[in-house]
Amino acid sequence: MIRKLTLTAVTAVTLAFGGSAAVAAGEDGHIEDIAFSFEGPFGTYDQQQLQRGLKVYMDVCRACHGLQYVPLRTLTDLGYSEDEVRAFAADNFEIYEAETDEWRPALPRDNFPAVTGEGMGPDLSLMAKARAGFHGPAGTGLAQLFKGMGGPEYIANFLTGFTGEEREVAGQYLYENTAFDGGWVSMPPQLSDGLVEFDDGHANDAHHIAEDVAAFLMWTAEPKMMERKQVGFIGVTMLVILAALLYLTNKKLWAPHKYGKELDL
Amino acid sequence: MAGIPHDHYEPSSGFDKWLHKRLPIVSLAYDTLMIPTPKNLNWWWIWGIVLAFCLVLQIVTGIILVMHYTPHVDLAFASIEHIMRDVNGGFFLRYIHMNGASLFFVAVYIHMFRGLFYGSYKAPREVTWIIGMLIYLAMMATGFLGYVLPWGQMSFWGATVITGLFGAIPFIGDEIQTWLLGGPAVGNATLNRFFSLHYLLPFVIAALVAVHIWAFHTTGNNNPTGVEVRRGSKEEAKKDTLPFWPYFVIKDLFALAIVLLIFWAIVGFMPNYLGHPDNYIEANPLATPAHIVPEWYYLPFYAILRAFTADVWAVQLVSWITGGIIDAKFFGVLAMFGAIFVMALAPWLDTSSVRSGKYRPAFKWWFRLLIIDFIVLTWVGARDTNFPHDWISLIGATYWFAYFLIILPLLGVFEKPETPPATIEDDFKKHYPDAPSAAE
Ligand code: HEC
Repeated sequence: MIRKLTLTAVTAVTLAFGGSAAVAAGEDGHIEDIAFSFEGPFGTYDQQQLQRGLKVYMDVCRACHGLQYVPLRTLTDLGYSEDEVRAFAADNFEIYEAETDEWRPALPRDNFPAVTGEGMGPDLSLMAKARAGFHGPAGTGLAQLFKGMGGPEYIANFLTGFTGEEREVAGQYLYENTAFDGGWVSMPPQLSDGLVEFDDGHANDAHHIAEDVAAFLMWTAEPKMMERKQVGFIGVTMLVILAALLYLTNKKLWAPHKYGKELDL
Repeated sequence: MAGIPHDHYEPSSGFDKWLHKRLPIVSLAYDTLMIPTPKNLNWWWIWGIVLAFCLVLQIVTGIILVMHYTPHVDLAFASIEHIMRDVNGGFFLRYIHMNGASLFFVAVYIHMFRGLFYGSYKAPREVTWIIGMLIYLAMMATGFLGYVLPWGQMSFWGATVITGLFGAIPFIGDEIQTWLLGGPAVGNATLNRFFSLHYLLPFVIAALVAVHIWAFHTTGNNNPTGVEVRRGSKEEAKKDTLPFWPYFVIKDLFALAIVLLIFWAIVGFMPNYLGHPDNYIEANPLATPAHIVPEWYYLPFYAILRAFTADVWAVQLVSWITGGIIDAKFFGVLAMFGAIFVMALAPWLDTSSVRSGKYRPAFKWWFRLLIIDFIVLTWVGARDTNFPHDWISLIGATYWFAYFLIILPLLGVFEKPETPPATIEDDFKKHYPDAPSAAE
């Protein structure tokens, strides 16, 4: 009886894993892993890359996507001085003041504006955390343990995943994209080689541009990542020490009762 | 407190004596902390402390989070981002609270399966077990309510699906669902009442925990052998036990440090691993996510809920007998709550004369299968319901019920258990041959 049940269970599980892998290959988009500088417990943001990503956002994405949760003042994280941030805010954005019914230049205390309207895309502030590039195998999420959640990977793959095919459905144009679930998306392809010129002279083929803006969007989604990892390290170190001390205390405490003698430490 | 004979607290100073006559609170704390504890407890007994720690952790971080959170459909999502970006250490508080819920459930599941293996639910500890099940239910409710508060896509749609379960109750379901939601659909009224209840329930849990501890301090702890502490005299009891402080407090704290080490690494290095990406998208009543998946700790029971579809013959039979009152949806809901209910009935379903699974050769295998079943159900609960997931859910759900309703009662009759050691002291000496005869 047990044997039979076990066999059934084993068969079922095998079927499940095999089956779902096939399903996954059919409908979910394909995501290539990218080695970002901020991955892993030791990874850090590359300020130069974030600056390039900001430029891509300003030059290309901003036309259709907002960053409404990101305060402009936090751009100092990217290595800009406060004066530079103030100038950047005033030069690029206008904020509507309901009280005075007037538009005024943006200040560092304002957020990036939201962008809404016909044909506009979703807000990108949290996009890098709102997508997971990796799920498998078979929905167990184990891949994420090694590759990370895959949010920025998803964005970069999405931006370079256009095949060039397009079709019209009910008056709306859809573009084929290998990363997008379902394969057809309403965002037109944006990136091409050399589209954005970088001040630091960094390579600007479509793939590099996509990676840079993906890194920037990881920062907009998780600006405190560096602090988080730092406190993570401090905490882990202190807990290792605490655990070691408690281990020895425990050993000494129990020794007379377990071995009938005191323990010299 | 009744139970194992031990030295009671004697007030010494003048003030102590004065207070003791009026409110024996020091004595209560002393007796609680010094409770004689079986000295052979193994590492599976550490999760109680972890759970107590989790409750405090969640309450403390929760209280601070509430200072910065706004329970309003238009502001809730942004207020979470405010916590993550502007509040000092806010991102840490939130990540701790988020992952703290997961730690809480990891601990409670191990704690429950510990009880199921070592027969901790059996007489005379049925009340401890039942209170424990109530705590577990309250935890599920609290976790669910809390998950709604960030007002992401999964918050919104999870709330819609789960309250929809109550809508499946025949005749009065719709009224109940509307009453729970405070309106025809999940909205601002829902968010406000969920927030209020999410703040209330942890204190209910705290009270239940006190009763849980009171109950097992009355009966004494179970232990890996399932053999009771000898209680003929204080001397006899001392051979089987050591006081909780310092022996088990230090042991438990060591284990807690290890658990927190892993927990802290998750919070520091991959805080979103256990969450769902869709919850970083603000709730949108007009866009249904492709897959609505509850938090991982509900998945086994969610799988059982979804297992019983209209093409399962048992569902059709029940539906036919009840004249359609119990349809597939309601059957699923009953199965889900039933799966928890049968666990609560374990003390009366288990007929074996031997308490600990260690000495039950057949039981061991069925129990291992139950653990596998639980893991498989957790996994399949997050998958779609296409073949073969539908079959796996059904087999898994069936085994869950069979374990409690058929296997546990029958095993007691057919299984030939081994003989447990006569005393806890014997068991301890088997592990530590050099142990002195009496404690101290
Ligand atoms: C012409 C307007 C436009 C521009 C410019 C644009 N997007 Fe989009 N984007 C959209 C629209 C519309 C959608 C919604 C697509 C859908 O859901 O079908 C979208 C969706 C997205 C998505 C979400 C895809 C998903 O998984 O749902 C990402 C990520 C994205 N855009 C990134 C970018 C980045 C980065 C840039 C700049 C390099 C950019 N977009 C430039 C219009 C635009």
